[in-house]
Amino acid sequence: MSRYEMDHDRGAKLALLVGAGILAAGAAAFWYRSQQPRPVGPPDSAPGRTSRQSRYGDYAVSGRSVTINRPRAEVYSFWRDFSNLASFMSNVEAVKTEGDLTIWTIAAPAGGSVTVRTRIVSDRENEEIAWRSVEGSDIDTEGKVMFRDAPADRGTEVEAVIAYVPPAGRLGQAIAKLFWTEPRVQGRHELKRLKMLMETGEVTTSRNRKSD
Amino acid sequence: MRALTFHGTHDVRVDTVPDPQIVNPRDAVIEVTATAICGSDLHLYDGVIPGVMQGDILGHEFMGRVVETGPDSTLKKDQRVVVPFTISCGKCFHCMKQQYSACDNSNPAEKQDLTEPLYGEALSGLFGYSHLTGGYPGGQAEYVRVPYSDIGPIVIPDGPSDEEVLFLSDILPTGWMAAENCDIEEGDTVAVWGCGPVGLFAVQSALLMGAHQVIAIDHYPNRLDLARRLGAKVIDYNQTHVLEALREMTGGIGPDAVIDAVGMESHGFYPDNVMDTVKQKIGFGADRGHVLREAIMAVRKGGRVSMPGVYGGFLDKFPTGAFMEKGLQWRTGQTHVQKYTHDLLKRIQEGEIDTTFLISHRLPLEEAPRGYQNFHSNQDDWTKVVLTPGT
Repeated sequence: MSRYEMDHDRGAKLALLVGAGILAAGAAAFWYRSQQPRPVGPPDSAPGRTSRQSRYGDYAVSGRSVTINRPRAEVYSFWRDFSNLASFMSNVEAVKTEGDLTIWTIAAPAGGSVTVRTRIVSDRENEEIAWRSVEGSDIDTEGKVMFRDAPADRGTEVEAVIAYVPPAGRLGQAIAKLFWTEPRVQGRHELKRLKMLMETGEVTTSRNRKSD
Repeated sequence: MRALTFHGTHDVRVDTVPDPQIVNPRDAVIEVTATAICGSDLHLYDGVIPGVMQGDILGHEFMGRVVETGPDSTLKKDQRVVVPFTISCGKCFHCMKQQYSACDNSNPAEKQDLTEPLYGEALSGLFGYSHLTGGYPGGQAEYVRVPYSDIGPIVIPDGPSDEEVLFLSDILPTGWMAAENCDIEEGDTVAVWGCGPVGLFAVQSALLMGAHQVIAIDHYPNRLDLARRLGAKVIDYNQTHVLEALREMTGGIGPDAVIDAVGMESHGFYPDNVMDTVKQKIGFGADRGHVLREAIMAVRKGGRVSMPGVYGGFLDKFPTGAFMEKGLQWRTGQTHVQKYTHDLLKRIQEGEIDTTFLISHRLPLEEAPRGYQNFHSNQDDWTKVVLTPGT
């Protein structure tokens, strides 16, 4: 073994030891810090769904914002035609309208599906669409999507918020998966696909073949 | 088709895989006529970039002939094109600002799950460069599906050979942007760490942009010689104290701008590098940053730090103090290739830039694994490998 390799080897062992020590100390400090109560001041400007504590009773609430480089009226109209939603919401199989009700067919694990029946409770052109589930819906849910002009002609800020009562049990878990249980993930997927579709005319994919 | 695929650290193979198709309206399919192995492919080869899966087709420097177009592509069959390694939609906020590598839309939504926690925001899609950047099949293949083909590929007129224009796909614009990020002024000294392809193009670009002198740093004699022939002064770090030499070669001031064209796998036996190597080997997601630290120490007060070298994770012992107290500027990023291709093509056509000096080896695609192995292990002789499919 050359001098160089010996030095290298000894350096590596020392580095491992030091590294382990630093990790242990860090973990202890982190644990201690996490046990301390956080001071709570007056309410801040952030949306409630970004709060560290749940504030919504029975409802699980999640949401996500995205800025779309298209005019507000165009984005609003696209969303308002609910039959468009299936083109970027991966779990939604179909959306149809029956009178003043909207019937959502949502894919469930193991090939099944659930039906969510909602009624529009607020529709302000180019500003807001809100809906709430009605009697006979498989899931108790409400949601709204808001449209605002982004600053300096950057397009439209779209903010979507969904609340639902998580049902108990295994079925509940399956249903929860259909909704934005991981808001940062699911919400981003749907809204980014909407953004892709509106900005580029297509939903981006790295699939190399249509059948992939 | 045949394609170079990833099977594990230091294990790449040429396999038969399904041909690509038009999937989206703006797609085109390109038959590859020339493709190259990039220094950054070696980070994949070494297994230090997360999110590379078995069977992934590598390669992001390629050009070829258009064989099929989607209804919204602006390309025409049989056109000869060079394809930027960055995939960009051309319509989002970032593309409108020519920040093509920050494109919002070219990284598929479901591929962004890893990038957002790791980087805060997803990057643009890149060809053949892990699932963090979209999981797009790469260009070391006979055919490539090119998304947003109306924005990326540049059509090459008759005249220049494939080898003269191939590097428009990545390393030439990358070296150019590295020099541009130095904001070169009259009388400036620019120091460049790493005489790989990007470092050498950065040397060439900095001189074209009017740098008073460019100092290139490496330890491979052949690579230093290439830099010298481009007009740079050179430092071999195995025989010279880099910091001291840079100060003495700049009248005691230090270089006005520094370029880290090495990235996350710094060579050299220095204490910080040994620590970084250990962390990288045991999977801490750590970058090896000896060059970056040294560059920040070397640059003059108020100077500029340009970092085209690829990093992927985290770096500690970062000289925050030197950085703040000296009031430095730091500019980096994956290259906004589409911003530079037209201007650089013109410079190639006018004979102002030659890129072929770099090519040391030409291999058929079938021998690509040998190319990787040598580009990795014989870096002095193997400066750039160009692969030709179908031969």
